[in-house]
Amino acid sequence: MDRIPILRMGHFLLVTIQIDLYDRLATNLESDLVQMVNKTEAKGVLIDISALSIVDSFMGRILGNIGSMSKIMDAETVVVGMQPAVAITLIELGLELKGVHTALNVERGMELLKEKIGSYDREPEDDEDSTE
Amino acid sequence: MKLDIAKGLQKRKNQLLEDWMSLQLADAGLREDLMSNEELREQSNELIEVLLNTISEKKLENIESADFDPVHEILSGISISRARQGFSPRETGIYVFSLKEALIKGLQEDYKDDPPALIEAILKISKLMDSLGVVTFETFIKGREEVILRQTDEISEISTPVIRVWEGILALPIIGTLDSARTQVVMENLLQQIVESGSTIAILDISGVPAVDSLVAQHLIKTVAATRLMGAECIISGIRPEIAQTVVHLGIDLSNIVTKATLASALKHAFSLLKLEVKKAQKEKAAI
Repeated sequence: MDRIPILRMGHFLLVTIQIDLYDRLATNLESDLVQMVNKTEAKGVLIDISALSIVDSFMGRILGNIGSMSKIMDAETVVVGMQPAVAITLIELGLELKGVHTALNVERGMELLKEKIGSYDREPEDDEDSTE
Repeated sequence: MKLDIAKGLQKRKNQLLEDWMSLQLADAGLREDLMSNEELREQSNELIEVLLNTISEKKLENIESADFDPVHEILSGISISRARQGFSPRETGIYVFSLKEALIKGLQEDYKDDPPALIEAILKISKLMDSLGVVTFETFIKGREEVILRQTDEISEISTPVIRVWEGILALPIIGTLDSARTQVVMENLLQQIVESGSTIAILDISGVPAVDSLVAQHLIKTVAATRLMGAECIISGIRPEIAQTVVHLGIDLSNIVTKATLASALKHAFSLLKLEVKKAQKEKAAI
């Protein structure tokens, strides 16, 4: 069965979605990712969806779910490289992905994660992003 | 012997043109600024020639037939070009209906001795000319509508510029009413520019928006949410006192969005987010 590879990079987990997700693949990714967060005690998850051109409400919810699940397992989630069309679709669907951080590209996403984790290590509640 | 309407008129072609021209020139509303007399004469000559070549006793029985297509075509061309040049409907109408007058005058002379035939001929000709008048107006309005459509396109195109005010800061001044179609264009333009320029902050300036109702606010909130999904921050600036009043009265919650009164303060906020500092140069200080 197809699986989306989850790469470990230090404290972070890296997921790049290169193909269009179908529902089964998305649910697998969700469970795999939570397992990996648990196993590696990752502090951050970076999901690159720059190659994702089609998104539906289910995918939007999965992304939101991954964010909330990682959050309660003490890991921050950053979704990077969203296509304009995807962003518009998600907004039209009413999915604002609350609880997920976003960044323009992988580089910015990594910076953001480092910032989040760094601030988290020092003081638990320091959130400059207006997500909550 | 019964006279042929068409033949009689064809013989009088030159006289008809003269009559028509003098009728047109006699009109007080003649627009010499838009078209010179020579041009007008040329145009009229072309039309009258095609018209007289087309009509015949038999064809006049059925004015809807395809035989009149060349006349319709040439008349449409004239009408559309007049619409573009800025002639008024009345002026274009007079152009066609004065031809009718000239034709009837010609007929009157042809059928001087036979009033019943004259009536019949006049009825036929006026029926034809009325249908040509309708064609003229239809194409005239079509021409005007084309102008309007082109202008609408132009407005929507020029009204949504995305300006790069600083490295990583985009500004988008919105001028005019925001409806769903325009929001879509604005949103697409902005998101595309964010990707292309790699900017992290976008400033939406709504000082040019005449009124904000709940729908417009909804569109703004959507745009802000979409930019956030892309990984950029969105600031709304240019909130005028009236806008603030209506927003609060309508009960719209903009508390999740950074809002600033002016573009300048939005830019200041953007600078502080990017940890940039704007300072007066030391030299200037020394000069004072």
